Amino acid sequence: MTAALRFDPIRLPEKCEQLRKEVRAFLAEEIAAGTFDPHKPNREDTDAPEFSRRVGAKGWLGMTWPKKYGGQERSFLERYVVTEEMRVANAPTRRFFVADRQSGPVLIKYAPEHIKMDILPRICRGEICFAIGMSEPNSGSDLFAAKTRATKTDGGYLINGTKIWTSSAHIADYMIAIFRTSQPTKENRRHGLTQFLVKMKQPGIQVNPIGQITGQYEFNEVVFTDFFVPDDHVLGEVDGAWKQATSELAYERSGPERFLETYYVLTELVRAVGPNPDTRSAEGIGRLVAQLHTMRRMSVSVAGMLQAGKEPVVEASIVKDIGTVWEQQLPHRVRDLAAFVEETATNRETLERQLDFAIKTAPKLTIQGGTTEVLRGIIARGLGLR
Amino acid sequence: MAESDNIVVETAEKIFADLADPQTVNNDKKDSWQAPLWQALSEAGLPLSWVPDDLGGSGASLADGFALLNAAGRFAVAVPLAETMLAGWLLAQAKIASPEGEMTVLPASPRDRITHDAEGALSGRARGVPFAKAARHFAVLAHGKDGASIALVDAAKGRIESGLNVGYDHSDTVTLDKVQPITIKPAPKGFDQTTMMLMGGVARSLQIAGALEAMLDISVRYSNERVAFEKKISKFQAVQHNLARLAGESAAALAAATSAADAIANAKAFDDAVYLEAASAKIRCAEAAEKGGAIAHQVHGAIGFTLEHILHRYSLRALAWRDDFGSESHWAVELGKLVANRGADELWPLVASR
Repeated sequence: MTAALRFDPIRLPEKCEQLRKEVRAFLAEEIAAGTFDPHKPNREDTDAPEFSRRVGAKGWLGMTWPKKYGGQERSFLERYVVTEEMRVANAPTRRFFVADRQSGPVLIKYAPEHIKMDILPRICRGEICFAIGMSEPNSGSDLFAAKTRATKTDGGYLINGTKIWTSSAHIADYMIAIFRTSQPTKENRRHGLTQFLVKMKQPGIQVNPIGQITGQYEFNEVVFTDFFVPDDHVLGEVDGAWKQATSELAYERSGPERFLETYYVLTELVRAVGPNPDTRSAEGIGRLVAQLHTMRRMSVSVAGMLQAGKEPVVEASIVKDIGTVWEQQLPHRVRDLAAFVEETATNRETLERQLDFAIKTAPKLTIQGGTTEVLRGIIARGLGLR
Repeated sequence: MAESDNIVVETAEKIFADLADPQTVNNDKKDSWQAPLWQALSEAGLPLSWVPDDLGGSGASLADGFALLNAAGRFAVAVPLAETMLAGWLLAQAKIASPEGEMTVLPASPRDRITHDAEGALSGRARGVPFAKAARHFAVLAHGKDGASIALVDAAKGRIESGLNVGYDHSDTVTLDKVQPITIKPAPKGFDQTTMMLMGGVARSLQIAGALEAMLDISVRYSNERVAFEKKISKFQAVQHNLARLAGESAAALAAATSAADAIANAKAFDDAVYLEAASAKIRCAEAAEKGGAIAHQVHGAIGFTLEHILHRYSLRALAWRDDFGSESHWAVELGKLVANRGADELWPLVASR
């Protein structure tokens, strides 16, 4: 039973290190050019369309996808390196991150060929932004309670209802959403939902921004009123979205973004304590680094499993559970350790500003993309408890 | 339990299953299981896994030996297998042949130090030496005027104050007072007490990870048997979530320990990257021993708190193993100093280098 929970010590191959150098050099140039400030994760406008295009031009979007769709046919481990370097640098990845991580792979699996040929190359060029339409006002973790209806009409479907907490919907060109096409059955309450590709920025879709406790406006309410979606925008099996949703979770849940979201405060703490820390600071930093290293090794291991064609859903859930709890606690631990930092530390102001933002960010980390409770349910099922 | 594709581990697991079954061992008040187990392990050449053929050992790879220790943790093996392996490994660093029988290593703490004089006579006190009382020989790392040396010592020459660790295994204080070793040779260049502590710490990490795997296994099994409030306790969400966390701690310990073992097995030198791996393994596994063990006990309720139940053979040993070759507090301070000394902008490159 526990044989399923092995995290083999996968090492990144040599070619990844060359790539890592290229990514670091690129990011250094972007920082020097003023595209973004790596010390300021709390920027107000996180959309950076020009940066997105330049990342695309480097060939770092859709890296693992077939070449005929604009991809590079490179490995998940190479994509991993690009993702973690971008995250650690606090690069503005919002515009392309979701499309690259999960929307593209969903299209590759379920979209008709002409749509793939149209959309995937544009993702690879960094031109378009995706949102994910899952949650609704009365359906969050309980995905299969979604009520937004897709009613069959000539040549397509009419959509009516509301999605909510939809990140990036205000800038997105497309959304991949689940809508109700039939009622659930007695035997299967998950039956009746269908996955659709939705072209945004059209009449019939209204995007209302929602203020977050960080002061940012990155998620939205999206209201559909008799909005038309053509038949060829159905992704996969009608009424069968529940069969499609699970395998993508391993991609979504095990990446470096699941423990590096608040990493910047750790770097800044190390800077603040200087080269000769007292015992208390040294111990605190040592523990945090040991925990960070362990999570990264687990996360790389899952990337290796994905590369090997496995579907490590339980392992990915473990990475996200441990990783998000850690990144949530990190700003508070750093705050503890920074309590006695010298008033004269040159980066004191930066650290305080970052902590302020990280502490406000922290509560969402164990909620977005699958709550801790949902993850532990998946792990429990993997253990044979459900 | 993990399937192994490794002949060393397969051999060991068979011996453990036959002669170190935790329930049988736990019921045996006279410890009559010990001698046959040790004999079988010795006949299979396992205690001297890390000693090359020409120095009297069986010449297994570092990787195979680490996997063997992980398996030993899954059975909570309570004979000086890890200690004899480490002693043989230490002696082999100086090309000293290993004798037969149980051995252990000293010092076993980064805070203790053994010295030798110009004639090679050894002096010093080592605390918390695992299985010193059972050992026929000690492998000793000693410091002299010209650097570190490695020595083989007849255990009868040392003064032993016997003690027990939190897991009821021997953890003794050994005092050497101008003891003439059987052999003493210089340690290889760059080999120091930190190297030895990191190696010992990774050995203990693999044992802790193995114990956690077993704790997860028996806790899941128990939760699927025990009925309370008219249903199996595994059906309660609170219990499920606790077990999910235990699975996470077990997975983290195993990942940290196997990663460090892999790092050492493939290392050309004990550089900062190996230091990060080995220190992190000991820190994270020790944390997992505390958090994971607590959950295993919580799931078992009162029965897990009894001497007749096998849970304590794992939970208490995992806690005891935290103390050997540098506690997690020790390694956290040292790792923190290393990170601070390298500087803030060198932290990520170090982490990403693994």
